[in-house]
Amino acid sequence: MTGTWQLLRLVLRRDRVLLPLWAVILGLLPALYVSSFRELFPTTKDLQVYADLSRANAGFVGLYGPLDGASLGEIVAWRSGFLPVVVGLFSLLTVIRHTRANEEAGRTDLLGAGVTGRHAGLAAALAATLGANALLALVIASTLLAQGMPAPGSVLLALQYALAGAVFAGVGAVAAQAGQTARTARFLAVGGLATAYVLRLAGDVSALGNSSLAWLSWLSPVGWLHRTFPYGQNAWWPALLALALTAVLLAAAAVLQARRDVGAGLLAPRLGPATAAPSLRGPLGLAWRLHRGVLAGWVLGFALLGLVFGGVAQSVAALTTDNAGLARVFERMGGASAISDSFLASVLGLMGIFAAAFAVQAALRARDEEETGHAELVLATRTGRLRWLGSHVLFAGAGPAAALLAGGLTCGLMAGDAGGVLAGAAVQVPAAATLGAVAVLMIGALPRQAPAAWGVVAACFLLMLAGAVLGLDQWVLDLSPFTHTPHLPGGEARATPLVALSLVAVLLATAGVAAFRRRDVPAG
Amino acid sequence: MSAVEVTGLVKSFGRTKALDGLDLRVETGEVHGFLGPNGAGKTTTIRILLGLMRSDGGSARLLGGDPWAGATTLHRRLAYVPGDVTLWPNLSGGEVIDLLGRLRGGVDRRRRDELLERFDLDPRKKARTYSKGNRQKVALVAALSADVELLVLDEPTSGLDPLMEEVFREVVREERQTGDRTVLLSSHILSEVEALCDRVTIVRAGRTVETGTLAGLRHLTRTTITAELAGPVDGLATLPGVHGLRTDDRRVIFDVDSDALDPALRKLVGIGVRSLTSRPPTLEELFLRQYRKEPTA
Repeated sequence: MTGTWQLLRLVLRRDRVLLPLWAVILGLLPALYVSSFRELFPTTKDLQVYADLSRANAGFVGLYGPLDGASLGEIVAWRSGFLPVVVGLFSLLTVIRHTRANEEAGRTDLLGAGVTGRHAGLAAALAATLGANALLALVIASTLLAQGMPAPGSVLLALQYALAGAVFAGVGAVAAQAGQTARTARFLAVGGLATAYVLRLAGDVSALGNSSLAWLSWLSPVGWLHRTFPYGQNAWWPALLALALTAVLLAAAAVLQARRDVGAGLLAPRLGPATAAPSLRGPLGLAWRLHRGVLAGWVLGFALLGLVFGGVAQSVAALTTDNAGLARVFERMGGASAISDSFLASVLGLMGIFAAAFAVQAALRARDEEETGHAELVLATRTGRLRWLGSHVLFAGAGPAAALLAGGLTCGLMAGDAGGVLAGAAVQVPAAATLGAVAVLMIGALPRQAPAAWGVVAACFLLMLAGAVLGLDQWVLDLSPFTHTPHLPGGEARATPLVALSLVAVLLATAGVAAFRRRDVPAG
Repeated sequence: MSAVEVTGLVKSFGRTKALDGLDLRVETGEVHGFLGPNGAGKTTTIRILLGLMRSDGGSARLLGGDPWAGATTLHRRLAYVPGDVTLWPNLSGGEVIDLLGRLRGGVDRRRRDELLERFDLDPRKKARTYSKGNRQKVALVAALSADVELLVLDEPTSGLDPLMEEVFREVVREERQTGDRTVLLSSHILSEVEALCDRVTIVRAGRTVETGTLAGLRHLTRTTITAELAGPVDGLATLPGVHGLRTDDRRVIFDVDSDALDPALRKLVGIGVRSLTSRPPTLEELFLRQYRKEPTA
């Protein structure tokens, strides 16, 4: 362990902005929920109605976990039920970044040759991650107490977050020993987190019906943490389970590390095929290989999102008829007469923004290929620039469309309005493609500034969320392609903006490709 | 017809002038060494020849065509190994070789397998797990197994161990013997150029400073003479063309200009020679001498 302190300082130096920022922003959320729920549900009766509806809704329970009582604290703790997963994700990624990723990049050799013990790197990464989680817990507990919430529940809720971080920091530590590359380690650890989440989800949703699979929740550390029920039962013993699991995982990581060489892992990287499949023939075949993993991830993610929101939509109408405040919120977000249509339209608008992010990500892949030097290999063959960039642009256009249709389909089936919701998802495609085309234009004309396309997506997202609330001028709102997208289901379906947006997208992308054909590769 | 004809090539990146009137001529069928320190403009020249970059001035012809306008047609006839080979991390080495081969218009499977064997490369490993040397091998196998007229190799042996460097030299020598292939080989490894190339172009700071056969270049340079003499050394230091004379009793070591070799040897014979060795300059010395000089403004 010699040298842990020096390495810890190195970790903290590298993450001096990220860790505190993350702890503070995430830590403020529960307190923000307190104030917003106080406003939305001013009386005990309001809370009771909301809780009764929520705990019977499969979509809500799937997303946030089980809800026990109906007090303000319990509802706040339940409603922030997805955050432990976010904390877990952040923790495992941080641990892997400072252990296996270092090792893979050869930085561990550099440090290992100095006066540092075998476990110093792992100990430093864990200390920093657990420290950040402790800071997070501190922020949560103190802001909740400042809101006048009861002390035992506030502390337990803060502990719930910190323990989620600790358990998955342990998962990350073990995965960092097992995988030989940071990528494998991340895959294993995120897989562990996803398994824990899905087990909890399946168990909790099953508990709403015949309960035959309710025991699945007990296989998941995320499930344990939900069963502390802060502000209600205030059960401390499930937290002890999580603490014990953390200890086991950390011990396992230490043992594994002691038994292996630097640079080695338990899982040797898999071998690939010695010859290429016939499909890996041209730029399009290559683009398929490069994009298919991300594409599958987004399509699956959209389908799951659709399932959850479709389930939620069923009970939104019932929920909001009794609550004028909530109804106003939904009206503000999308504004159609029927509440559940309005809810679905805003969910689909959100999906449209996500799809735009996917479009930008897929388009910028071409720029990555250029920066890493892969493009040079391909462009020195008889592949022309149009075909090369075109193969990536194709995925930037078709990928988001596929994801939107998958999300629209599952959401529509759950909500019982497959046709209407699918149409609402489909009308998002031109706007999403327009933002992808902005990225293509940047790649061609301003390659060094191309990542700024992310800023355009963020700006459109902000306009969608807050534009109307902030009372911005219409011309500002009109800058976002999503302002022109019809709000379906429920709104008026008009073809003109869709055709216009499609034209803009095609024009921007064409200009980008034309500029790309005229410039140096790599961009000088 | 020359395979490569570059005259007065100019290319700037912002305020930096990467190429400042560079000339390069590669005859069909020869192995041409393109020599210069890092940052001399070798890679930029190659990128212009491949139509990846556009020159700001001067002219460049590749296989009789315009490298920018005719890029895709010309690329059917050449194979390229970049200086810093990066591969798609999730593709296996074999997949990359086949992909690049197909993008060039076909893979000669027998040649490919033979080269894999000679370079001792496991094609099943994912590119992510290859060392720099192994990535280099993947690009080399892909290029050398292509049936093309011109090979453009940018520092092709960087990262290869000495054993593999020898394999590379063998393969290039075989290519030279078959005689229907032109090779443009950029390098700063002098022994490699010395061992493989027919002609050499030396560049510095974006300009050509020397070009010709190795023998031709040696004419411009000095010979190092080591001799043991019968009598005391006398009057040698004052001879024109003799440099860096060191004496140790009756042993002398000095450099002599090629055109002053005759009078110097006569002088030695006059004193009486017990033993004598002469050594032509290595390219290393030639190179160092060339670059110690300031470039003419």
